[in-house]
Amino acid sequence: MGNVATDYTDKVKVTGETAEFADHVILEMRSHLAKYPPERKRSALIPILMLIIQRERGWVDNAGVNFLAKFLDLEVTDIWETATFYSMFNLRPVGRHHIQICKTLSCKIMGEPEITEHICSKLGIHPGETTEDGKFTVSLVECLGSCGTAPMMQIGYDFHEDLTVEKVDKILEKCD
Amino acid sequence: MEIKAIGCEPLSLRRVTIQDGHTLKVYQDTGGYVQLKKAFAMSPDEIIQQVKDSALRGRGGAGFPTGMKWSFVPKDSPKPKYIVCNADESEPGSFKDRYLLEYDPHALIEGMIIAGWALKASTGYIYFRGEYNYLIHIMDRALGEAREAGILGKNIFGSGFDMDIHTHTGAGAYICGEETALLSSLEGFRGHPRMKPPFPAVEGLYACPTVVNNVETLTSIPQILEMGGIAWRDLGTEKSGGTKLWSISGHVKKPGVYELPMGYADMEKFIMEDCGGMLRDNKLKAVIPGGSSVYIMNAGQILGKNVTLDYEGLVEAGSMLGTGGMMVMDETVDVMETTKNLTEFYKHESCGWCTPCREGTDWLVKIFNRISIGEGRPEDAQLLLDICDNIEGKSFCPLGDAAAWPIQSAIKQFPDDFKKWLTKKANGNGIEANM
Ligand SMILES: Cc1cc2nc3c(=O)[nH]c(=O)nc-3n(C[C@H](O)[C@H](O)[C@H](O)COP(=O)(O)O)c2cc1C
Ligand code: SF4
Ligand code: FES
Repeated sequence: MGNVATDYTDKVKVTGETAEFADHVILEMRSHLAKYPPERKRSALIPILMLIIQRERGWVDNAGVNFLAKFLDLEVTDIWETATFYSMFNLRPVGRHHIQICKTLSCKIMGEPEITEHICSKLGIHPGETTEDGKFTVSLVECLGSCGTAPMMQIGYDFHEDLTVEKVDKILEKCD
Repeated sequence: MEIKAIGCEPLSLRRVTIQDGHTLKVYQDTGGYVQLKKAFAMSPDEIIQQVKDSALRGRGGAGFPTGMKWSFVPKDSPKPKYIVCNADESEPGSFKDRYLLEYDPHALIEGMIIAGWALKASTGYIYFRGEYNYLIHIMDRALGEAREAGILGKNIFGSGFDMDIHTHTGAGAYICGEETALLSSLEGFRGHPRMKPPFPAVEGLYACPTVVNNVETLTSIPQILEMGGIAWRDLGTEKSGGTKLWSISGHVKKPGVYELPMGYADMEKFIMEDCGGMLRDNKLKAVIPGGSSVYIMNAGQILGKNVTLDYEGLVEAGSMLGTGGMMVMDETVDVMETTKNLTEFYKHESCGWCTPCREGTDWLVKIFNRISIGEGRPEDAQLLLDICDNIEGKSFCPLGDAAAWPIQSAIKQFPDDFKKWLTKKANGNGIEANM
């Protein structure tokens, strides 16, 4: 697909530096670990990396990965191996609001091109780019399971469906 | 968007349309967890027999008989066993599981505990696609309610049976809907499929016996115990039992999630009447009936053809039921472009493990790209087919086939949509397409 935030790790500089997290965040990580057999810690890799480390650090960065490797008794390369496979890991910083527009068939034929064009010209960026103020990143993504309410987009984890240009304007206004 | 049952009482949709159907209270007020109590009075073999009698076929796309899958789990294995619910729902055109998870999470939990009891599995995982994050919160709340009420945990309803169920998130990868890739992902690895056999029923999660079932499949289990397997089967046909959820999108007036009895007659009535007919009253051109991974159909295969909506009917009509994700296209659509769109999807989602699919989907997209900018060559339709031939049946998992089928069927059913791109109008060289 090209040009999504996961496409490259060029911003990642691999060093020994390790992130630190508050105690309640560590507790939250432990609650994920508790779901799996004690000898299967690696099962918690994706949930912790996506739901906690990416949230706390803003993206999947070197320091966060180093932390997780220690936390799960894994090699740093184990974490990178998995992290580079999945499209929702942001391997470079993204805007505060990550707009993901579905470009798959049902959305495409129900008006996605117009929505994408509108958002991109409004923000002055192309898909895959982040606004200079770091507020918005726009990505084109594959089907998000809202084909019956196409066209649609996700901002962060929020679904916005049955989009029209007017509706998009209202949604973007509410983003701060 | 519509959510309703046609031609049957709402079964899977029973609580999806009522207020607070997602809460334990409303679930129990409407007959919830009664079947679980009943299950504890039955032997595992009796339950598996009911599921076999029901002719329930897996709703995740492959349509494998659920009762048979369950009977493959070895009874004498000393290893722990697992029930894994596949809530990865990423097939373009499919969005039914989402509504079951949002509005009726306890039905899934009840189905999973019954499956756990029948298969002696005391741990369950629900694997959500990463984008369905809000549904994980809803499910965690429902699981919490169930734990508090003693419906999960130790000695459920005094049966002596212990079970717990956990949510697990993916992170964006269509291939993780394939059951063995899902298990790799659940173990924290890249989502590459695994060799079968051994099948997950024998060696699945952590190399232990594991049953992987779709959300809709598992939520059907309490219904089957409630009605009895044979009565549930008789809602549909002998080979395709029960009712089925269809996700309809594209150019119809009333897209949505519809529950129909299996064997519903017919597809034309469903699209043209039940779904309100074509948007803007345009002409029907094409339908992909079962999610993107099945053969595309032209209007002539549907209109006046009495296509029944079940596994057999759609095969007879030249396609497949798949996940029941029906995408409807009108005359304004160019099938070369829609096929290019789906091919981009498969290229993006190819996991890269095997060469035919990884390289093949990449080449297919390159060729589509040149066709779409008017630089197609007359022999390109044949070239696409040749590449498909080298992917289909030669890839490690069914994603490769799924990438080839839309192209093969599109060129067959809509030759003019390709020809027009490959003749002089598009590329100015005046050579007729070679198809
Ligand atoms: C590429 C690919 C993607 C799949 N995606 C899903 C999916 O998102 N959800 C699902 O339930 N099954 C999916 N399946 C089917 C599963 O492999 C498996 O057959 C199914 O989860 C078994 O459950 P069932 O028997 O209840 O259908 C997919 C299969 C393939 C090959
Ligand atoms: S067919 Fe495609 S998705 Fe399946 S294993 Fe091969 S590369 Fe991966
Ligand atoms: S095609 Fe856009 S959500 Fe499915």
